[in-house]
Amino acid sequence: MSSSGGDAIRPRVRIQDGSASRPVPAAQRNDNGGTRRAAVFDIRDMSVHYGENRALDWTTLRIDRNLVTAVIGPSGCGKSTFIRSLNRMNDSIPGFRIGGQVLYHGHDLYARQTNRVEVRRRIGMVFQKPNPFPKSIYDNVAWAPRNLGMKSGLDERVERALRHAAIWDEVKDRLRASALSLSGGQQQRLCIARSIAVEPDVLLLDEPASALDPVATAAIEDLMHNLKHRYTIVIVTHNMQQAARVADRTAFFSLDERDRTGTLVEYGDTDTIFTNPADPRTRDYVTGRFG
Amino acid sequence: MASGNLRRREAVSRAISGLATASSLVAVAALVIVTVAVVRHGAGALSLSFLVKDPPQFGGPGGGIASAIVGTSLIVAMAAIIATPVGVLCALYLVEFSAPGSRPARAMRLALDLMQGLPTVVVGLFIFGLVVKPAQAESGFAGSLALAIIMLPLIARSSQEVLLTVPRGLRDGTDALGVDRWRAIMTVILPTALGGILTGTILAVARAAGETAPLLLIDGAFTPGTTVQLFGHAVPNIPVLIFTAVESADPSAFARAWGAALVLLALILIANVGARVLLARSRARMGL
Repeated sequence: MSSSGGDAIRPRVRIQDGSASRPVPAAQRNDNGGTRRAAVFDIRDMSVHYGENRALDWTTLRIDRNLVTAVIGPSGCGKSTFIRSLNRMNDSIPGFRIGGQVLYHGHDLYARQTNRVEVRRRIGMVFQKPNPFPKSIYDNVAWAPRNLGMKSGLDERVERALRHAAIWDEVKDRLRASALSLSGGQQQRLCIARSIAVEPDVLLLDEPASALDPVATAAIEDLMHNLKHRYTIVIVTHNMQQAARVADRTAFFSLDERDRTGTLVEYGDTDTIFTNPADPRTRDYVTGRFG
Repeated sequence: MASGNLRRREAVSRAISGLATASSLVAVAALVIVTVAVVRHGAGALSLSFLVKDPPQFGGPGGGIASAIVGTSLIVAMAAIIATPVGVLCALYLVEFSAPGSRPARAMRLALDLMQGLPTVVVGLFIFGLVVKPAQAESGFAGSLALAIIMLPLIARSSQEVLLTVPRGLRDGTDALGVDRWRAIMTVILPTALGGILTGTILAVARAAGETAPLLLIDGAFTPGTTVQLFGHAVPNIPVLIFTAVESADPSAFARAWGAALVLLALILIANVGARVLLARSRARMGL
């Protein structure tokens, strides 16, 4: 965190052009300049291996509070690996190893004394495929609060979560119906409600709309604009337009040609990434020349 | 049109598929023949009093097999009570707690497979030496222990299969909410898999209900009256009743053996059908 913050108003865009050079934390200021945002994640030199395979190279970036940060890139570039490393969902994968540091509000997520169950309580995640539990709509949302000892005011909590996930009006008359009776888009919003019912600090969304139709996708995107006032959101998407629509910041990952390893190419304001990227690989990708 | 050895290959293909079809027909035929034989010989013995009366104290015609039905139910129920929790926990270990393909998990699977192949008479002898000999008495409970050993690998393996079909997304979902794995298991994963686990348990019960060899050794010397004393007493049971009835010189006992066989078969059939219905329901619940 040495000199990178600087006094520049524009967030600094950092280009990584080889494994030897380590990227320095990028954007330190928000779009309006001036106010310095609090970092939620401060990721330093993160690298990930699955067994012998290197999945992600040196990644250094900062994710700031109450912003939507999008992670884009072609298939296999390590987007999912990256986001799943932010709440330790990769821990259960055999051979998973992580290098560097992932600081969450200054705490090392992978430190020995860090409890990964507690980490996931604070850092929620919504997956590509909607995965409601085979229970009622109400029980889906109430399940985690019940099991985490947040039993008082459960009805209000469930309603609040469903409202914030913009699905309350559609389900309020059938809370006892099975969650599996909902459409895919509704199921995904239910999963978002389920995540925010435990009042996490961060929401990680791993391609949340890729299995949904355009209408449901639009609903999820609208939702994100509202949710970012309460939560810090990181979203992986392979849909560039989606990133452009919802994200304040965008990180572009790509596959390194030489060693087929996922690499952070460029990170900065979404506008900059899409209109004036510094790296030719980013330009090729966002203009649709590859990937 | 025929190019190369096409004709020959077609002939071989037809022969193999014919052979496979014939073999499955033989299997079905064997089941049908056994069932028909049991029904034909057993139906005559069947009556209400056959189901509710004990066998005559000193042999001879008349009476029923009530004591054996009660005894077998008790012994098997106790065996299920012992084997089900252990079996399900073994399955949970294999699927939820051990790393897949890890050395202890592989050893565990191998052990379960070997256990499944254990000759049941050996299990009986083992329990005889361990429980019956020191106590100087046969007992229904010893029989339950032997049947539990026979049921355990069946329950563990079938539960494992069912747990593996629980979608991975559900585990990701529970993990991502910051809830401990064991709570997720108790409240999401096991309930989802419950139907399938019950199915496996019922099939294991059906298998154990007809198990004869261990009971001959450790629960074979009973008096014919109905008893619910599993501990310290040998309890009448259907398999041993069939065995002794067939061995005896009394022709009326032979008829009773067929009747008992029919009752046993009916119980197992009912259990099987029930298990399949449960499984179908649970599959539907999981959205499979």
